[in-house]
Amino acid sequence: MRLKSLVPALYILFLMLPIYWLVAMSFKTTNEILAGFSLFPQTWTLANYTEILTDPTWYWGYINSIIYVTLNTVISVLVALPAAYAFSRYTFVGDKHLFFWLLTNRMAPAAVFALPFFQLYSAVGLFDTHIAVALAHCLFNVPLAVWILEGFMSGVPKELDETAYVDGYSFPRFFVTIFLPSITAGVGVAAFFCFMFSWVELLLAKTLTAVAAKPIAAVMTRTASSAGYELGLLAAAGTLTIIPGAIVIYFVRNYIAKGFALGRV
Amino acid sequence: MKKLNQRAWLFVTPVLLLVAFNALIPMMTVVNYSVQETFGDNLFFWQGIDWFEQVLTSERFHKALGRQFLFTFLILIIEVPLGVAIALAMPRQGFWVPFCLVTMALPMLIPWNVVGAMWNIFTLPDIGLLGYFMNHTLGIPYDMTQNPFAAWVTIVIMDVWHWTSLVVLLAYAGLVSIPNAYYQAAEIDGASGWAVFRFIQLPKMKTVLTIAILLRFMDSFNIYTEPFVLTGGGPGNSTTLLSIDLVKIALGQFDLGPAAAMSLIYFAITLLVSWLFYTLMTMNDNKS
Repeated sequence: MRLKSLVPALYILFLMLPIYWLVAMSFKTTNEILAGFSLFPQTWTLANYTEILTDPTWYWGYINSIIYVTLNTVISVLVALPAAYAFSRYTFVGDKHLFFWLLTNRMAPAAVFALPFFQLYSAVGLFDTHIAVALAHCLFNVPLAVWILEGFMSGVPKELDETAYVDGYSFPRFFVTIFLPSITAGVGVAAFFCFMFSWVELLLAKTLTAVAAKPIAAVMTRTASSAGYELGLLAAAGTLTIIPGAIVIYFVRNYIAKGFALGRV
Repeated sequence: MKKLNQRAWLFVTPVLLLVAFNALIPMMTVVNYSVQETFGDNLFFWQGIDWFEQVLTSERFHKALGRQFLFTFLILIIEVPLGVAIALAMPRQGFWVPFCLVTMALPMLIPWNVVGAMWNIFTLPDIGLLGYFMNHTLGIPYDMTQNPFAAWVTIVIMDVWHWTSLVVLLAYAGLVSIPNAYYQAAEIDGASGWAVFRFIQLPKMKTVLTIAILLRFMDSFNIYTEPFVLTGGGPGNSTTLLSIDLVKIALGQFDLGPAAAMSLIYFAITLLVSWLFYTLMTMNDNKS
């Protein structure tokens, strides 16, 4: 029994080591980092964090990322809700093909879409706007949201719909006041996954922005290459990107697995 | 039984429009480039299937594809058994369950370029934790910017670090859905630990594991940011996976025709393998 609980403990230790190193590095001074190896910061400094939080190019990176991630989450969930309802409740011509076609967009390598996306969004005049990144991320987030919501909706008995119609509810009123409250967990999980995949994606976000909507991830890569590798600063910026994920994950901890299984556990 | 209702199309129209805008238009652009030659100034010349022949017969593509399959194969062969083993050893109830779930999911919520940067800092030969430990404590020379083998080991371990938790979480969700009565019955029958795993736990995990394998296949086959930030495809071309090579050709050399042809071939391979998995998945659905 002892031996058994050692396995997850060792695994978590393995997961935490690189994260610990990043956080430790972010509290070190540049001199200490370059002077050599030290397991703990010898002189603790907040200079790296102060620089990020006072320099507009840095903190606007975070604000930009949060704006397009939020936009994307709202758009994805809103358009996915009716579609997921249709897939879970009705059969219609081509439903299976449509469902698979949606999934194929989740499979497309982002690298394939980088250049055409740049041209498309430039052509419609949306280049370097938050909405461009939010719409582009819909490519993989909308199919995902449809899948997850469909899984959760199929778990709700159809009798609920029928009873509501017998009671004289109109469809919109039924959907908002009865159906939605019964799948709040599903909506939360779908929103979480949209947030997550929009937050971690870089290639498309970087391709579609230049200055005004530049995401934090792009600010980081440009700093890493231009400022002669300021490791402490880079580590502090990296540490700050972990925090939003850590916060939202706490709220959905019991549903993460169900979400990854696309609502099909 | 579901109701037959063609009005359902109204419900899916917003999704259709949005995804079609994002998927069909760019895809047509790619198809367009893949059959034409351009010298700039928006002048295009019909090229037929030359680019496809060029890509399919080029040694560079074969090597990148080979590296990609090797990478994906290693990822699946390591992460799936490891993830199942960890899920089996996890506690089923109590305080440690949410702790395990949150800490294990954490790597998946870190932006991909930060994952690359983090592992870069972690493996620096003289000041990284792993690099220092290998070089100075164990005395094993380790520098992934110089040694292709070290670079490969590093990108594989990085992906194991990043994504094994996905398999763990899915397998765990499958395991906790098994009613206790199954285990009690097995105990009465005197079933061995292996028999419990083979005939109770594994069948219950089949659906979620198929999804895990499908997701891990798609994502590791399309991986770009993490290895690019960590190794930049090097040393030499040793870790240039398909996406890295594609971006090099498309945005680095601006060879639009070959890049577009390569995109379509790349996408077709992902689609074909994923379709096989999807068919397996729906076969399971129909049986149960």
